[in-house]
Amino acid sequence: MTQANTEKGHSFDMSAMGREQQHLDINAEVAALTVKGLRLKYGEKEALHGIDMIIPKKRVTAFIGPSGCGKSTLLRCFNRMNDLVDGCNISGEILLDEQNIYQKDVDVADLRRRVGMVFQKPNPFPKSIYENVAYGLRIQGIKKKRQIDETVEWALRSAALWNEVKDRLHESALGMSGGQQQRLVIARTIAVKPEVLLLDEPASALDPISTLKIEELIHELKNDFTIAIVTHNMQQAARVSDYTAFMYMGDMIEFGDTDQLFTNPEQKQTEDYITGRYG
Amino acid sequence: MMNITFRDWVKSGSPFIWLNAGAVAISIIMVLGLVGFIASKGLVHFWPAAIVQANYTLPGNAPLNIVGQVADSEMVSAEQLHAIGLETPNGAAEAKRLLLKVGNRDVYGGDFRWVLDHHLSEKSYPLTAVAIERREWGNFYGYLSAVYQGDTLVADANGDAASYEHAWQAFQSRIARALAIHDDIMDIQKGEIGSINHQIERLRLEERRLELNDELSDAELARLQAARDVLHAEYAAHQKKLNVLYQDLARDHFTAVEMGGQSIEIKMSEVVRAFRPNAMSSGQKVAHYFSKLGEFLGDDPREANTEGGVFPAIFGTVLMVILMALMVTPLGVVAAVYLREYAKQGITTRVIRIAVNNLAGVPSIVYGVFGLGFFVYFLGGTIDELFFPEALPSPTFGTSGLLWASITLALLTLPVVIVATEEGLARIPRMIREGSLALGATKWETLSRVILPMASPAMMTGVILAVARAAGEVAPLMLVGVVKLAPTLPLNGNYPFLHLDQKFMHLGFHIYDVGFQSPNVEAARPLVYATALLLVIVIALLNLAAIYIRNHLREKYKALEM
Repeated sequence: MTQANTEKGHSFDMSAMGREQQHLDINAEVAALTVKGLRLKYGEKEALHGIDMIIPKKRVTAFIGPSGCGKSTLLRCFNRMNDLVDGCNISGEILLDEQNIYQKDVDVADLRRRVGMVFQKPNPFPKSIYENVAYGLRIQGIKKKRQIDETVEWALRSAALWNEVKDRLHESALGMSGGQQQRLVIARTIAVKPEVLLLDEPASALDPISTLKIEELIHELKNDFTIAIVTHNMQQAARVSDYTAFMYMGDMIEFGDTDQLFTNPEQKQTEDYITGRYG
Repeated sequence: MMNITFRDWVKSGSPFIWLNAGAVAISIIMVLGLVGFIASKGLVHFWPAAIVQANYTLPGNAPLNIVGQVADSEMVSAEQLHAIGLETPNGAAEAKRLLLKVGNRDVYGGDFRWVLDHHLSEKSYPLTAVAIERREWGNFYGYLSAVYQGDTLVADANGDAASYEHAWQAFQSRIARALAIHDDIMDIQKGEIGSINHQIERLRLEERRLELNDELSDAELARLQAARDVLHAEYAAHQKKLNVLYQDLARDHFTAVEMGGQSIEIKMSEVVRAFRPNAMSSGQKVAHYFSKLGEFLGDDPREANTEGGVFPAIFGTVLMVILMALMVTPLGVVAAVYLREYAKQGITTRVIRIAVNNLAGVPSIVYGVFGLGFFVYFLGGTIDELFFPEALPSPTFGTSGLLWASITLALLTLPVVIVATEEGLARIPRMIREGSLALGATKWETLSRVILPMASPAMMTGVILAVARAAGEVAPLMLVGVVKLAPTLPLNGNYPFLHLDQKFMHLGFHIYDVGFQSPNVEAARPLVYATALLLVIVIALLNLAAIYIRNHLREKYKALEM
């Protein structure tokens, strides 16, 4: 704490980034997801050593930390994407609406609809723009064309993509630029109206302008969705998030209000990382 | 110094570029050479070669008038000639000998004759020399002398040029008339009468079935008999029509002189085509060439497959390959999807993969033996007992046929489709799967809506390889369904239209049959080349069709290159 104060010059000046100062209290938040004692093993190697935290509702929570610290792994636990990995073993609980998503009787497909995910590289399907967004709706068995049309338009508008693609909805999504593809993937994900949106380094493969658009989009989306974002870029975490979690070697080192964490970290490791001493 | 430059040359990599380029060049030359060779050997067969007339005088023998087309030529050595008491001209080391197609098998017993070129004298190419293709006894070579209608002389060809031309025109128009009548007869025999026979056979089977089931009441018998009477009446009507046509067909005949001077009487109904190659212009020769080519592609074979066309074989090959592809594709895809997507990867899947790969290496005749034993005798026999007891003891599916041939080849090509599909599935980026799963799709929905369409070009690659392999297979087919001559096509107008139990003809087997089982090897040799070329073209076309579909799919599902 004292060290953090003395090193203040190296910390981020939040006001300089054009972000209004607000004081958030994690204890006052409503939890969208509650993580309790989460441990994850790949074979014999433990990658997460007991994580306890909440993902607050309608807020943006950022996960930062050096490569291999387990932040993506943690994110992928929230919608059970790690089930696809052979030899992956999970203990502990993640509660969504008071229910442990790792319980045996949970419908994984339904869970993934409620907890949507956007990946590092844009991964549109080799279908038309329209069909990409409509995919999740069709999976849910929605057949009415009007309902699908409306939802597709709403999702594309929400993803700030509508004006760019409205005249070529039925062209292949693979003809779009990388930034557009990533926003399309976001539109595709929010079209099924998930409660939580997981973003796994959504801008790391994009150019700065596309990155900026994605960040603006995150800002817009947090009015409707709970967002958890993993990022390598600390400025990005500072810009877009309300809460930030710093992870290191499979442990949650510090979790709290973003302003607090970047200006006045409680832990020495956090401070070293955000000031660029290591990582 | 030299040593260093050589090492530098090796280090620069240019020898390997030369090596690679050389290998590619050799491959291309080999393919072009192969196709060019069989094309040149096969395609000249349809060209109307000139008819040569000459005196052939062997020392000590009387001169012999000889008329025919030069089919081949080769050099023989002096020793060989010496052994049979002949000499080369002027003591040369070799002498040329010609293979003449002299035809007239009915007179001389054979179609071909070797002659020594230097013993031929007074060679000429008379404009009136005529080649006549017949339905029996092969070609006739000689000179037209007179055309008759019944017993009346219509035209005599032994006069001046004008009367010869008149006789030739009369001859040609009467051939055309006879051909038209012959076509009508064939239409009635194959169409109407074939259909009536088919229906009578079905009635017989129905009666037998009712009898076997103890349901054969008098009412049923009467009904069957009534139906049969109707068919028999129809048959009699057609037969009457046929008799009239046959009489019509037998009306005309002509006489012609063969090379030995003997006059021969030939019925007009026997003639397929008559032409005078020496009098034909280039344009006429080209037209004749394409008409022969058309006959080869579109007609039924004649004379133990040594004449006529190969259409039933083309048809059989294509139909069999299409059926094979329709069977192997779903089976191979389903197996590959299970192996790659659902089965737990481990020892078992590895063993299965090894087994599948090894199946691809099993000699095809082994598949033929298996197909005969398992499909034809066991499965087919069982099917006959259960579903077609009325036809026994003559087998329906319990004998080799189209269905079993297709299934046997499907089995043969299954590994190719499985391996290709598995590779296609493995190539699809994990992110695409995760993207679909993250939207709440189940594994099956992900597979059916995203993964399988994206893997479809790979499946088509498998089908292409399967088609290429299956279309060229002959050995297993000889055991499970191919015949030398099938009377009807396996797809025709008689219910149930596609006759899976029928035997069929196949180009590959046709080559074997014409080349090695033919009574008239010399006559058949060009056909062997032509059929081989055709087989290559058919396989290439089937492949091109599949490649076109694949490229279309590839364009559609062009995956992100990640």
